Amino acid sequence: MNAALWIIFGFLALSLYLGIQARRGKDMNLEQWTVGGRGFGTIFVFLLMAGEIYTTFTFLGGSGWAYSKGGPTFYIIAYGCLAYIMSYWLLPAIWKYAKAHKLMSQSDFFVSKYNSPYLGVLVSLVGVVALVPYLVLQLKGLGIIVSEASYGTISSSAAIWIGVIAVTVYVMISGIHGSAWNAVVKDIMILGVVVFLGLYLPFHYYGGIQPMFEAIEAAKPGFLSLPDSGQSASWFVSTVLLTALGFYMWPHTFGSVYAARNEKVFRKNAIVMPLYQLVLLFVFFVGFAAILQVPGLKGADGDLSLLRLSIKTFDPWFVGVIGAAGLLTAIVPGSMILMTAATLLAKNVYQAFAPAASEQQISRLAKYLVPVVALVALYFTFEGGNAIVALLLMGYSLVTQLFPALFFSLWKRNFVTKQGAAVGILAGVATVAYITISNSTIGTLFPSLPQAVKDLNVGIVALIVNVVLMTVVSLLTGSGAAVGSKKEMVA
Amino acid sequence: MKLIHLLALLPFIGILGCISWINKVTPYVFGLPFLLFWIVFWVIATSVIMTILYRLDPANKKGESQ
Repeated sequence: MNAALWIIFGFLALSLYLGIQARRGKDMNLEQWTVGGRGFGTIFVFLLMAGEIYTTFTFLGGSGWAYSKGGPTFYIIAYGCLAYIMSYWLLPAIWKYAKAHKLMSQSDFFVSKYNSPYLGVLVSLVGVVALVPYLVLQLKGLGIIVSEASYGTISSSAAIWIGVIAVTVYVMISGIHGSAWNAVVKDIMILGVVVFLGLYLPFHYYGGIQPMFEAIEAAKPGFLSLPDSGQSASWFVSTVLLTALGFYMWPHTFGSVYAARNEKVFRKNAIVMPLYQLVLLFVFFVGFAAILQVPGLKGADGDLSLLRLSIKTFDPWFVGVIGAAGLLTAIVPGSMILMTAATLLAKNVYQAFAPAASEQQISRLAKYLVPVVALVALYFTFEGGNAIVALLLMGYSLVTQLFPALFFSLWKRNFVTKQGAAVGILAGVATVAYITISNSTIGTLFPSLPQAVKDLNVGIVALIVNVVLMTVVSLLTGSGAAVGSKKEMVA
Repeated sequence: MKLIHLLALLPFIGILGCISWINKVTPYVFGLPFLLFWIVFWVIATSVIMTILYRLDPANKKGESQ
């Protein structure tokens, strides 16, 4: 065992310990388990939300994008910033309603607003279909990080199994409390590691930030801005808008809103979160530093740039620290996803068809579903192949389809009916699936349009289809809709 | 929704509305390529704007009761 391995395993043990001890002194009913008894203050909510947002994607994907795509990477900072602005109004409204109605999950919100348990089933299924690939992505990232940082002594699959078992155990025992405690350690680690790497590497290899960018500009002119076609200016604008809308529609992010003690927490976070986004800047610096130092990583291998450059530069013990930080970036969001998916399936799918089930039974079922969801994710991690890649690409667009129905439900007078909401979501999801599977862009769908329109994010099409059908169906089923038949909902 | 809330639209205009003019690598500002500098500038400006909104919003005047 080398030093790197000891450090990684040390942090895994710490994470497991923190996760389990978080339960102490709490009666773990469903409300404690999944929304922390609605008692989290500003710092815990901040860390939880940051914890879900700064995932292995941030660590590997952020640097990987900088390495292989350059300028378009900057969209990641932009969309978060705009999403936080919206959160100032969006999250307090969601929280207030959720507290008044004792909601536990994202789907509960739709069930309650639209008075339809079957709409909840639909929203849950969309959520779970988007969440599982997201979990798979975290697990694959975990495998890459641990196997690279252990210099190949631990295989990626062994690392994934060990990580999953640890997460499953603490999620079953402590629920969201375990995630929150681990988020504290994770954020301190990632902040330290990323800021250090992002400054040290450019200065070590290039003598500064600007010299690094000048060297890249000399080697690849224009790489640090948006290209004229493809990921161009219009791609940037449409993608930033779409992802900002979808930002809080992830079921685990939406659900963690409920954990706050009061609504001021969100308004305060709206001030701090944009600045916290700037941590990403240092992740980008690492990817940029790697371009001229570890050249030749093609396609998906770009995601290895941070680890490869670190291994080239540092002693094993520090590679271990980086590996441990990477491990935690997979574990914290992974635990939230597992818990959320299990809650959705137990509370919003199972209970919709078995309304007689007691709260205790649902609570127990949710906990038992954690290992089941974990096993499904493991299966896809090892056997998924192309299907999982397609689902991953769809994830963000899928959850964005929930935004229109949610948005209108927050207005005092909402013209959208449950039928309208359901048809809109279904149509949006179907459009996303068709577009992703057929590999379409607006360019291939409408070849005669000008380039700027062709480069628009294709998710826009799905959102338009969604809103149009939602509106039409709502107007057709309006007024008398409250008594609309449930059978139509399932169809 | 008060007039002051319109301040929150500025970052949208800054980041999304100006993209065609600021999509360039040079000049470098604080060592960053111009496009990146522009986005970082607006991220920081967002935080300042949200602070102003927070201070002026009567909803936050109430103490942290409960």
